[in-house]
Amino acid sequence: MAADHSHATLPHDAEGNVSPPHHTHPDWGTYKWVALILTLITGLEVWIYYIPSFTRTNLFVPTLLILSAIKFTIVVMFYMHLKYDAKLFRALFVGPLTLAAFTIVGLLFLFGHLKINF
Amino acid sequence: MATAAIDAHDAHMGGEHPPTSTGLNNTKVAIWAFIGSECFFFASLISTYLIYRGRSPVGPFPHDVWKDPATGHVFKAILNIPVTSVSTFVLLMSSLAMVLAHSAVVRGDRRSSKIWLASTAILGATFLGFQAYEFTSFVHEGLTIHTNLFGSSFFILTGFHGAHVTAGVIWLVTLLFIDIKRGFTPDEAINVDVCALYWHFVDVVWIAIFTLVYLIK
Repeated sequence: MAADHSHATLPHDAEGNVSPPHHTHPDWGTYKWVALILTLITGLEVWIYYIPSFTRTNLFVPTLLILSAIKFTIVVMFYMHLKYDAKLFRALFVGPLTLAAFTIVGLLFLFGHLKINF
Repeated sequence: MATAAIDAHDAHMGGEHPPTSTGLNNTKVAIWAFIGSECFFFASLISTYLIYRGRSPVGPFPHDVWKDPATGHVFKAILNIPVTSVSTFVLLMSSLAMVLAHSAVVRGDRRSSKIWLASTAILGATFLGFQAYEFTSFVHEGLTIHTNLFGSSFFILTGFHGAHVTAGVIWLVTLLFIDIKRGFTPDEAINVDVCALYWHFVDVVWIAIFTLVYLIK
């Protein structure tokens, strides 16, 4: 997509001219596949929810968390263009997101919802 | 030399913004910084919900039937997964419409940009309609923000998310009016891009909420 300015410094050719940046944002076909995958994963999540024998196992929660994380990552990488954009944008999002995730996990340990048995 | 490179870059990119020290559009840097701060905001609400989870002494409960010992009234599990699954699908499709709107503006396709911006706004409003229906039915079934810890943390979390969706719909409608009135040139695609980033963030927050609040028992 031509509207994004992802390069602070640009490559130069042999004569010292600035070379055009290589922006390859997804097209309609990619967006369509992303939407289909997101829909299928959501369907899978809901399907799992209605399998009593699976919801009683220890795999239920991790499976849902992994599926949710996959959906989250796909939207961020393809729809928010973080896969193709400047590293600064990635840092501005992934940094706070990581800290926020650690905060949630830390609070769950603090209030006794998560435990490590030594 | 660096300035010349940025100027050339800017000329190549259609002169969308004046040169900046990072070479990146300041508006886009700002929206990513804002989204970063929003991660902390929603993390605080999600952690509050998770901490209070399962600690309500009285029902109704999200996934379990509860019988009020005082009145003998039986409350069924309050969450309606089929309805919420449909609203989740609607929000995911709104994200697809949003990327297509942005893509149309970049291409200079004014007809498509209007159609997809309108579609995104309508899908966002539909999601809000589902949320209004859900909140209303919960109140009718005996769960309010005052009822128990689950009610308080649930309404605060999903209510703030709904407020973000509302702000997004207002933003989208504003962009749609501008597009209808005078249209966006490809150079102005950043205006739609910034709104799109906000909209997708609202979508990813819902992806987390749907799993943590609705699906995990």
